[in-house]
Amino acid sequence: MFNVIRNKSGRFYSRQTVYSFSAARKQVAMNCRSEVLEVSVEGRQVDEAMLALLHTILLHRSTGKFHYKKEGTYSIGTVGTQDIDCDFIDFTFVRVSSEELDRAIRKAVGEFKEALSNSGSDGMGQISLEFYQKKKSRWPFSDECIPWEVWSIKVNVVNLANEQERQICREKVGEKLGEKVINIVEVINRHEYLPKMPTQSEVDNVFDTSLKDVQPYLYKITYQITDSLGTSVSTTMRRLIKDTLAL
Amino acid sequence: MDNDLSLQDKKDLDKFIKFFALKTVQVIVQARLGEKICTRSSSSPTGSDWFNLAIKDIPEVTHEAKKALAGQLPGIGRSMCVEISLKTSEGDSMELETWCLEMNEKCDKDIKVSYTVYNRLSLLLKSLLAITRVTPAYKLSRKQGHDYVILYRIYFGEVQLAGLGEGFQTVRVGLVGTPTGTITLSCAYRTNLAFMSTRQFERTVPIMGIIIDHFVERPFPSAGHMQACDYRAAGEEDGVGYCTVEDSQEVCTTSFSTSPPSQCVFTVSKAHCKSPKPAVMDTLKVPVLGLSFSHQLCSSRLSYQPPMLGAADLCYPAALNCANPHQVVIPGKEGGIPQVPSQPCHGMQADHGRVSSCPPTDGAHQLCGTPSAGEVAETLSRSGEAKAPSPPEALETTFTRKVGAFVNKPSTQVTTTGLDCPFAAFAPRNLDSEENDPMVHPPESPTSASPLQGSLHSQDSDSGGQTHDDFVLVDFKPAFSKDDLLPMDLGTFYREFQNPPQLSSLSIDVSAQSMAEDLDSLPEKLAIYEKNIDEFDAFVDTLQ
Repeated sequence: MFNVIRNKSGRFYSRQTVYSFSAARKQVAMNCRSEVLEVSVEGRQVDEAMLALLHTILLHRSTGKFHYKKEGTYSIGTVGTQDIDCDFIDFTFVRVSSEELDRAIRKAVGEFKEALSNSGSDGMGQISLEFYQKKKSRWPFSDECIPWEVWSIKVNVVNLANEQERQICREKVGEKLGEKVINIVEVINRHEYLPKMPTQSEVDNVFDTSLKDVQPYLYKITYQITDSLGTSVSTTMRRLIKDTLAL
Repeated sequence: MDNDLSLQDKKDLDKFIKFFALKTVQVIVQARLGEKICTRSSSSPTGSDWFNLAIKDIPEVTHEAKKALAGQLPGIGRSMCVEISLKTSEGDSMELETWCLEMNEKCDKDIKVSYTVYNRLSLLLKSLLAITRVTPAYKLSRKQGHDYVILYRIYFGEVQLAGLGEGFQTVRVGLVGTPTGTITLSCAYRTNLAFMSTRQFERTVPIMGIIIDHFVERPFPSAGHMQACDYRAAGEEDGVGYCTVEDSQEVCTTSFSTSPPSQCVFTVSKAHCKSPKPAVMDTLKVPVLGLSFSHQLCSSRLSYQPPMLGAADLCYPAALNCANPHQVVIPGKEGGIPQVPSQPCHGMQADHGRVSSCPPTDGAHQLCGTPSAGEVAETLSRSGEAKAPSPPEALETTFTRKVGAFVNKPSTQVTTTGLDCPFAAFAPRNLDSEENDPMVHPPESPTSASPLQGSLHSQDSDSGGQTHDDFVLVDFKPAFSKDDLLPMDLGTFYREFQNPPQLSSLSIDVSAQSMAEDLDSLPEKLAIYEKNIDEFDAFVDTLQ
């Protein structure tokens, strides 16, 4: 269908919704809270640093699978956790024990890393993890995606000259990531807005129920690469337009 | 009343707080065990996973936490604290961090207990999981093992942060408002990791039945114990403050567990039975309350008087391993001696590794020229019987260091019968035959100070088993040769297999066998293997 666009992760959006994405993004500050984290890492540390932070956030934003029973009650499955040691950073982070989720995050981070390395020598970029809710609109308008929390991780890739510097960088980045984890935990424990627990019919508007072992809130990962001129190229928009044209 | 909590809610809240406290302790302690934690997600609720998180429950930790709480709940003015400290092999200890679960008066009356509070407690636990990997003590705990161990202590009441040194930092994990108060979870951690420069050599009565002054003042030998033998050059060093053997006996009986290869070799100084310096190089892994780290690696080294006897330092690292982790007895600071039950004794592997790296073949070289083979054999068998290890039972000692081995008394009191050590033959009563004793005058021994080095060289040069030029293997009576598993003793085994027959596949006769025959027999062999596949699988499992 011409009016329905599917993005790379298989989500269907109406064309109108696609256009409203950027609009929604501009309204981010109004509707949802936005947190920015900044890290400076070496090239080979980008993957692990991003994984560490994204997984830490998702750990807090995932629950067990809901099992709805009669009378509108539901029970929640169990979330397991896993310690992951980084190879290039002196750091260990905890993530949810879900291979599917890990794969999805790794894929997004991989794309980001590739885009970063394909960009100019500047090595600056930003990856965003956005939690949103789907809001059903009446026909003919289709569902809106309303973000309620956006985490932006700004990355600055540095180049190091020798092994000694790299060793120092390992430790420093480890410490920095630790600080970021503390920041994340601080924000989350403010217990600000969270979507209401949905009824069975609404659960797909709030949670991503496609995974078989855990249930994160609906999320989306996007990234932007800042080229050396400082202008930001929104690759997401580019992709969306490409998708539109492809259909 | 609307303002007061309904009875059900109150009960639920209390239950949540109680289990939250227990789970908090589990998360903290598990994060300091030194291993990576991994639990599985389960989509179907099991009903037993509190807060919808898969957090294992280590029974001892729960037991200790319950003991500390003593039926109370964390409340206003009553905080539950988990103190994490580090203890080196030399006995120095240092508090690293204190995790506090507190409650303050700020109430949130409108919050729904069974739902919002529960979910927020779950979120707080997740935050705790994340933060426990971030504080400095995490990295230290991952590297624990040889040089130090990490201990924990749970207490209830007032928070004590004095032990964290100056400039400690605090990180707040989070807070959850409830109708009866706000639960806060925070961690205060030490930033100044410098140890005290002067080490107090304590000779106090051990809290846990292990005498602290067993641990020698020198740095913990991380690698082979062999190197430490050099330390024992001069015979004049008196073991300052070393316990007499009687004390050590008591200690041994209470604290060490048996394991067949783990026995100490004691050679008594001939000239005058000075108190040997039991160089107990240990990892005193004293898991206060149950972190099992095992093994007291005890190396008891007694030195001969080199100038007088020209004999050797015998360094015999013996792993008084708790072959069975269930057997480490370590009383908590609060007293009592809880037994540590099944814990992943990760350090065990390390020690097993170390033990195996100090093979009894060392002893082989030392044992050359036993003057009276029969006596030694007798002693050996006696010692073997005396030791009678039985791992599954309780904490019997491996050592039965009988009086006489270490006693600082005239040599006449030493009797072979009283000695458990395989080298009882070298006990002072043999002074007469000293000149003839090859142990005393090892033939062509290069250095008297540590002929062990000589043996080391020999060990290196031969891959174990062939006689070295310096030592004439007159009779082979290895130490620790009593082994429950083998029907024959080690000496016989060694002699028997010293010159193994050639492999049939390498012998000349092979050429007679044709390739075709080989190939023909293959299908049969495969059939047999397939039939026995279960056996092989079981075997492979045992290797893992």
